[in-house]
Parts: sequence; structure tokens; C-alpha cells
Amino acid sequence: MIGFLRRRAVGLVLTVWIVVTCAFAMMRIVPGGPFSEERKLPAAVLANVEARYHLDWPLWRQYLQYVGPLNLDEHGLFGDRERVFGGVLAGDLGPSFRYRDYTVNQILAESLPLSLALGSLALAWAVVLGGAIGVAAAACRGTKLDLALRLGAALGIALPNFVVAGLLVLVFALTLGWSPIAGSTSFAHFVLPSLALGAPVAAYVARLVRSGLVEALQADWVRTAVAKGLPYRTVVLRHGLRAGLLPTVSYLGPASAGVLTGSLVIERIFALPGAGSHFVASALSRDYTLALGVTIVYSVLIYSLNSLVDFVYTRLDPRIALEEL
Amino acid sequence: MTARNGPTAVWLAVLVLAPAAVAIWAFQSALSRELPRADFVFNNGVEASSLDPAVANGIAEARVLRALYEGLYTRDPISGAAVPALAADTQVSPDALTWTFALRADARWSNGDPLTADDFVWSLRRLLDPRTASPFAAELECVRGAREFRAGVDSNGAPIDRATFDLGVRATDARTLVIELAEPTLHFRELLAAYPLVPVHRASLEALQARAPDSWSTLWGRPDTLVCNGPFVLAERRLQDRLRLAKNERYWDADRVAMRTIDVLAIENATTAFNLYTAGEIDWLDGTVPTSLVKTLVGRDDFDPTPYLGLYFYRVNTTKPPLDDKRVRRALFGTINRLQICDRLLAAGQKPAYTLIPWGNLGSYRSPAAKKEDLEGSQALLEEAGFGANGEEFGTLRILYNSSEQNRVIAEVIADDWSKYLELPVELESQEWKSYVDRQNRLDYDVSRSSWISDYPDALNFLAVFTSDSDNNRTGWRHAEYDRLIAAARKEADLARRDEALRRAEAILLDELPILPIYSYVSQNLVDPRVGGFGKNSLNEQNPKYWYWMDDAELAKSRRTVGKREKKVTSHGPKDGLYSPKSQAERKAGGRTRR
Repeated sequence: MIGFLRRRAVGLVLTVWIVVTCAFAMMRIVPGGPFSEERKLPAAVLANVEARYHLDWPLWRQYLQYVGPLNLDEHGLFGDRERVFGGVLAGDLGPSFRYRDYTVNQILAESLPLSLALGSLALAWAVVLGGAIGVAAAACRGTKLDLALRLGAALGIALPNFVVAGLLVLVFALTLGWSPIAGSTSFAHFVLPSLALGAPVAAYVARLVRSGLVEALQADWVRTAVAKGLPYRTVVLRHGLRAGLLPTVSYLGPASAGVLTGSLVIERIFALPGAGSHFVASALSRDYTLALGVTIVYSVLIYSLNSLVDFVYTRLDPRIALEEL
Repeated sequence: MTARNGPTAVWLAVLVLAPAAVAIWAFQSALSRELPRADFVFNNGVEASSLDPAVANGIAEARVLRALYEGLYTRDPISGAAVPALAADTQVSPDALTWTFALRADARWSNGDPLTADDFVWSLRRLLDPRTASPFAAELECVRGAREFRAGVDSNGAPIDRATFDLGVRATDARTLVIELAEPTLHFRELLAAYPLVPVHRASLEALQARAPDSWSTLWGRPDTLVCNGPFVLAERRLQDRLRLAKNERYWDADRVAMRTIDVLAIENATTAFNLYTAGEIDWLDGTVPTSLVKTLVGRDDFDPTPYLGLYFYRVNTTKPPLDDKRVRRALFGTINRLQICDRLLAAGQKPAYTLIPWGNLGSYRSPAAKKEDLEGSQALLEEAGFGANGEEFGTLRILYNSSEQNRVIAEVIADDWSKYLELPVELESQEWKSYVDRQNRLDYDVSRSSWISDYPDALNFLAVFTSDSDNNRTGWRHAEYDRLIAAARKEADLARRDEALRRAEAILLDELPILPIYSYVSQNLVDPRVGGFGKNSLNEQNPKYWYWMDDAELAKSRRTVGKREKKVTSHGPKDGLYSPKSQAERKAGGRTRR
């Protein structure tokens, strides 16, 4: 267990470092800068703005300063004079270029909890509903119910979430008036967006659970279990599900990372000030630091969740040993 | 079961409980304190980039800053003209070079400090200081010494000390401010009414800068740190969600302010904003009206498109053959079907534009007579230039635009016109915003979509864009006589002569056509019919100070005067109205006169 954690910690640091380096280089290759606007800033003004954010430095120096914690300036890059260390390694993601009154840390602190809340709600019902549908479809495979459920799941995957969101708003908010239209001030505001965000996940889970379970139920040991007289329900839920869940679990790891960090489309449609919109918007506005900040958060999350998936594997399937991962 | 499988139940519990705990924590921090609905809610469409008046740049920012700050002059909410605000009295010397302002005696900061002439001096020096990097500072080079102060060297090239430099801005006493100009500037009043020219509170800003020399800007602009002097103060700031403004009880004209709270939303999705407006959760939408709905909105009494000082045009890269030939540019100009774009595509009342000044006039200024569409003439011009049916190969003409549905449709219409009437092969090139800006700056285009929205109502603000030393020219076009006329107009003290110089400059531009005007903008406000004191002017300037809610009687009256043709829309505003204390007193006194 300790060995597993240690290996994963080293892997995490290496992965994030590579991701940061690549993302840093890619942001700078793209044409246009954070301060290029249709109404061009006078050259002298632009030079001053760039100097303030050290954009006039050679790239290698900007990179070292960004990663930190070594201090290349008389004061930290974006921090204060009294602080010697700065940069990502010191937990300082720098100032945002687009939101000039905010640091990236402040932005993430305000927007991430919202995305996490929305994402966990979406995941919760996606897993519960998707799982239930998958089990039901597998248990009565070949029947009309199975066909209907599979059709529903296919639809859930095929429909883009802005269509689902639009329909939900039209029906439940505008026509029936059961839900607020948009906003983020109460739990009720999160219901529709989480449904729209979770719909494709639920559909996917349903499909994976069904196919995994169907396959498991055809295995020899299931036949043995049925033959030795166990009730069919116990066979499905205890023995079949456990083996049939593996593909679902491996899907859920990366899927959770995606859902938890928010969705540009859903957040825009429901006017939720979450982190999802930053993923796209920061790249488009060339907000270098914010784009790198969200990339770091995302890579840490996806790496951790994948490690969690590997760990859950060993609990679900005794043949997989932690020491080998 | 083996020992390893034994604690499965425990693991399962951990796996379920840990995410649940995270979710609960997330919800707790995400569910922001529920605010009661504000008296007035409007959608700003985008999060303001900054609340620092010297740094902020843009229409959304300007709206917020108008509410938070007030300068010597401001804009009249109805006419949009520059009118005195903190300047109780303005004296201009006969040579128009020395402006003396007497400040209002009752002007105060939101923390109670008196607002003095020194505050203005300090704020103007801060604005001009290149370290502040204000995009507006260049406009103020008409102030004596501003050019040297910004450059850091005097006219002989010797370095200056900014702290002691003699700038033409000084306070003769606590309430008298003197601004000396280097040259007569007829539009100086307009500059004074611009949002960056407001004072900022020196003591609180300097305290913050002392505490956090480099990160003060990320601490300022919060409810607990921002000291301002406008009709409203900042009560709450939630990134990408809303700014809540509360009435500033210390504002000198607080009796005139009706709204106790205003919410400024940053909803980027036009459909969402429209849904909220329809449900009465937003009282005013601007510009974020979904394009597809415009046709259904025209004729409603809450939608009243008004001529707006903005021009949609195409830049032509005049450095690139064959576009360096004036005749080719004229041929392109003469074959754009502007009427189809305005009436079929946009449909909110936009009008074809043939001049650089939108709507062809601005204050006392009148644009020169301009050429219009001319199919045969254009074809002849193109042939004369050596292209056309049996002329040489023209090459593919590429139209560059920033990705948006509307730009694409307009570009398609124009590409169609050019290939139909001029038989040119035309391609469309869509680019995301920053790449598009970058390519325009590097003159890496043939024809590029552009727009210009005026900062203040003055023809010079448009015409100065195309001088050869302008950063915003971006067509490669330079014309010595044009530059000379603009420079002369800048210094001209006589309005008629200034207009004449500008008119001659615009005539040159329209003859040379480095740009192809397409249409003049309209502002597209969707505003609850019950809102009173709402501006209707060519800058779409709004002053939240004057907003109020009409009661039923006044609403009925105002609807009568609007006309029968209009479709009446149900108002979501308070039935009893919400008036400022001053007008309440006036109403009680029996006077029904309202502005």
C-alpha cells in the first residue's frame, strides 16, 4: 500500500511537470497575446503592461519563474516583496491576465467548489440511475424492456448536452415553472444542470454495466452459483455485478475528472460561475496563467482518480494485486 | 472469503462516504449567500476585466464605473451630452488653454473623506504615469506636459523626474482645480466626461500598495477595499456571476438616487439572459439579445433600437496588390449589397453606411457626400484596373473575420456579391478572436471585418484612427494630406473650421477607401417598460443614478405617448413604482414634473 502510494506520488509529480511544460510551450506558440485587442494598446502602454507581468523576459526565465520556487526577481514573480518563494511549487499560480483584479488562486477558490458541487451531484445520480438501468436491462436481457432501456441509453449518449439542457430548461423551468431558469444561489439551481451534465454519463454507465453484467452472467462460475441453488437476485447482484463492474469503474475515473471540473456549455446555459468555462475561455483570451492553472488542476484530478480506479480494481477483482500496479 | 477481501465493506463505505463529504463541502462553499432580489438587475454580458478606472477598458467596464465613480463631467442620461457633475463651475480662458474648475463643496468619498482638488491631481498623474499603463492616457496628451510626462523625457530629450515634473494639472486650493492644455482642444469636455477620468481614493490605494506592493490590484476592487465617490458602492463581487451595487448614502446627490441595490450580471449566454429577462429576473439586456429573436422583438414596447455611434466595416490591406489599387477598392465598395444585410440579416434598424462616421453626422459635423452602390461603374473600374473578363488573374480574395454567426452570414453575402458582380473568387476565413486580432495587426489579410465604436461623440475619434501613425489604422494606408488635416483639426479652436478640416479628411478617406463601410449600428436595449430615467442616446450611455420605477399611472401615461402600434409587454417591475426621495417629495408637493 505504501509502495503503491509512493509510486503514484512520483508519477503524479512527473506527469504534472510534463503537462505544465507542454502547456506552457503551447500557449506561447499560439498567435496573439493576452493584451492584443481590437483597439490596440499604444506600444509604450503595452510594453509597460508586459513588463508588469514579466512577459518581456526570455521564455526560459518566465518558465522557471512560473514553476518556481526559485526567485529570479528581487521579489517573487507575482507575489510580494517579503515573500522569497513563488511559482507553482510554492502553490502560487500567478495573477490572471484577463481578470486583472484576481489571481488564479482566487479565481479557482471561487469557481472550483461550484463545479465540484455540480459535478458530484451529476455523478451521484448518473451512477445510481445508470447502474440501476444497466442491471435491470442485463437481468431481463432480450426483452422489450431491455430494448427500450438500451434505446434510451443510446439517446442519452447521442444527444449533445446543450440540447438536453435546452430541453430541460424549456420543460421544467419555462413551461412548468418547477425550477429556476439559471443562477447558483440555492440547491434547486443545481438540479437541472446536474441532470444535463450527468445524462451522457448515466447513459454510458448503463451501457457498460449492462454489457459487463451480461458477459459475467455467462461465465462458468455464475452457472455454478445458480446450480448450487442461490437465488437469481443474489447471483446477479453479488457475483455478477462485482465482476461486471470493472469496465464501468475504469470509465468512471476519467469521466469523473471531466464532470467534476465542470462544463463550459452547461455552466454558460445555467449561468453558473464555475471553473468549466475557464478551460475554454482562458485559452481563447490567452490568459496564460489561468489556462495553466486549470490544466494543473485537471491533470492532478485525473491522475488521482485513475489511481483510485486502480485501487478499486484490486478490491473488485482479487486477481489484481496492489503491489503490481 | 480471504483476508484481503475481508474489509471490502469498509473500503466500500470509505469510497462512498469520502466523495459524499467532498460533495457536501463543495455545496457549502458553492451555495453563496442568497441575496434578496436587487431593485434593478441588468446583464452586462461579460465579467468586467477590472474595476480600476485607469486600467479598465470596454463598454461593460464603463457601465460599472459610471455607477461607482463620478468625475468632473458625466453624461446626461437622456441626451448623452457631457454635463457637469463634480464641477460646480467651469471657467475657460479666452485662448481656450486654461480650464478652471470649482469642485462641489459637498463632494465626498464613500468612507466620508472630503473629495478635494488634490484627489484629481493625484488621480490624473496616476492615469498618465506609464507604469499605470492606462489605455486612455494617450487621449490626454492635449494636457500641457502630458507628452513629456508619459515619455519620461522633456522636449530636449533629457530625463525628467515624474514626482516633481510640472504637469499642467494643479490644485490652487482644496476646491479649485486648474488644467492647462498644450493646444486648444474642442472635445476636452467630452474627454472629461469619459469614465477613466474619475478620481480614485489616494489614501486607501496607497495603504494597499504599501501592504502588498505587487498584488495590491488583486485585493483592490473588493467590497471592503474599494473607496469610491459615485452614486453607488460595491456591496458584493462574485466572479463571473454578479456585482452587487448598493446606494452610496454619502453621495452628494443621494436624494436623486432611487435604486437601493443594483445587480450587474455577467451572463454570456444570450438565450439564458433572454429567458431570465422574460421571467422578470433581469430588467435590462443590452446587445445580448439573441440575433434570431430580433425580428420577433421589433415592434414591442420594451425593445427600441436607437442609432448608435458604431460602424461595421471591412478593412482592406492596401499594401497587397491588387488591393493597393484604388480602383479595385472602389469596385469592391460599390458592389456590396448593404440593404440586404441590414434588412434581411440584421433587421433591427441598422442602416447601410457609406461614410466613416456612422449615420453620416455627429453633432455639428456632417460627412461629405459619399458614393453608393454602383454595379456597372464598379465593373468598369475593375476592368480599367486590368482585371475582369479578359484581364489578368486576380487571385483569390480572402475575407478574414472573427468567428461569430453574424460575421459569417454577412461575409457570405458580401462574398456572393463580389463573385456575382465582379466575378472574383472569394474565400471566407474564420479565426478565433486573438488570432484574428493578431493577423489584422500584422497586415496578414486581404479584407478583414472590423468595427469602431466611439469613446465620445466626436468625428475626430473616428477619423484619427486612420492617420499613418495610428496604432489602430491596420490597413497600411498612409496619406500625408489626411494626416495634416487631422493634426490641424486637433488644434483648431474654431468649431466650423475644425469640422471643415475633418470633412476634407473624410472626403480623402472615402475617395481612397482603405476601408469599406457596411452599416451603422443600433443599440439594442431590451428594457422593462416600467423603467424610468433610462437613456436613449447615440452612445447608449446609461447613468444608474437616474433610473427609477414608474408606478401604474405613470406607466400608462408613458405607454400612451409611445404610440399605439407597439405591442405592450407586461412589466415585472414594482407596481407602486420606486422613486428617488427627491422626486417623491416633488410628487407629494403636487408637482408631476419628472425628467
